[in-house]
Amino acid sequence: MKKVHNITSIGILTAVAMILSYIELLLPPIYAAIPGIKVGLPNIVIIYALYSLGTKRAAAVSFIRLTLSALLFNPSTFIYSLAGAVLSLAIMALLKKSALFSTVGVSIAGGVLHNLGQILVAICLLETVEIGYYMFVLAISGTLAGVFIGIAAGFIIDRIKKH
Amino acid sequence: MQKVKNDIILAIVLLLTAVAGLLLYKTLQSTGEYAIVLIDGKESARFDLRADTEYVITTDKGSNTLVISGGKADITLANCPDGICADHAPISKSGETIVCLPHGVVIKIESGDKSSDEIDMVA
Repeated sequence: MKKVHNITSIGILTAVAMILSYIELLLPPIYAAIPGIKVGLPNIVIIYALYSLGTKRAAAVSFIRLTLSALLFNPSTFIYSLAGAVLSLAIMALLKKSALFSTVGVSIAGGVLHNLGQILVAICLLETVEIGYYMFVLAISGTLAGVFIGIAAGFIIDRIKKH
Repeated sequence: MQKVKNDIILAIVLLLTAVAGLLLYKTLQSTGEYAIVLIDGKESARFDLRADTEYVITTDKGSNTLVISGGKADITLANCPDGICADHAPISKSGETIVCLPHGVVIKIESGDKSSDEIDMVA
């Protein structure tokens, strides 16, 4: 029963994350002049998965989501998303374990590390170190987005726990 | 409540570091003289920012139109799926870039003074 429950949970959460990816795609860019600034709506689901199902299953949801997103929307940026997701999930799992932060702190770190992963891949693949300066801008937007996502995720975790 | 305090400290430290880094970067920037087109990290063309021109960058993945006008470089047209590079604001300061991830294309501004560029690389 436990196994079925896990598979079902991963499936449902992946579906929700996919829908959030799609919604985010439909939203106009927050500030088009500087690309890469995103709210990161799917991270609400990843954080929920992290707290309710654990690191391994959150990683499964994250990986399936970004593979499907790449197939459906934009395959050329898969490697960027993957690097961002791996770093982001690693730091979020670590900070959650440390019990020093609420979902907001966990989400902020996840958002900023997601950006960092993408910038690092861009520097390597494009062999252009100058892209690194984007990180300053993305650290600001990642932090602000992280606050929003963290509050939303915390709210959802509390509400679902009560039922 | 300790957790919320830690959250706030984390957010403030990150924001201050980023703003400080950005300000430092902006003050170190100088007006650029050349727009360099890099495809997968390799220089494929170089344009003087003082001469207005239009150039179509063609890679095996697609094309981007680079316009040099009024001392600024801008991507005005691209057939990549997201068009993020075309939305990007024009660039003119040394070290600024416009990146088209799907095509592996980077537009980079450089100042003509080689020695100052090398110092930047070390820093």
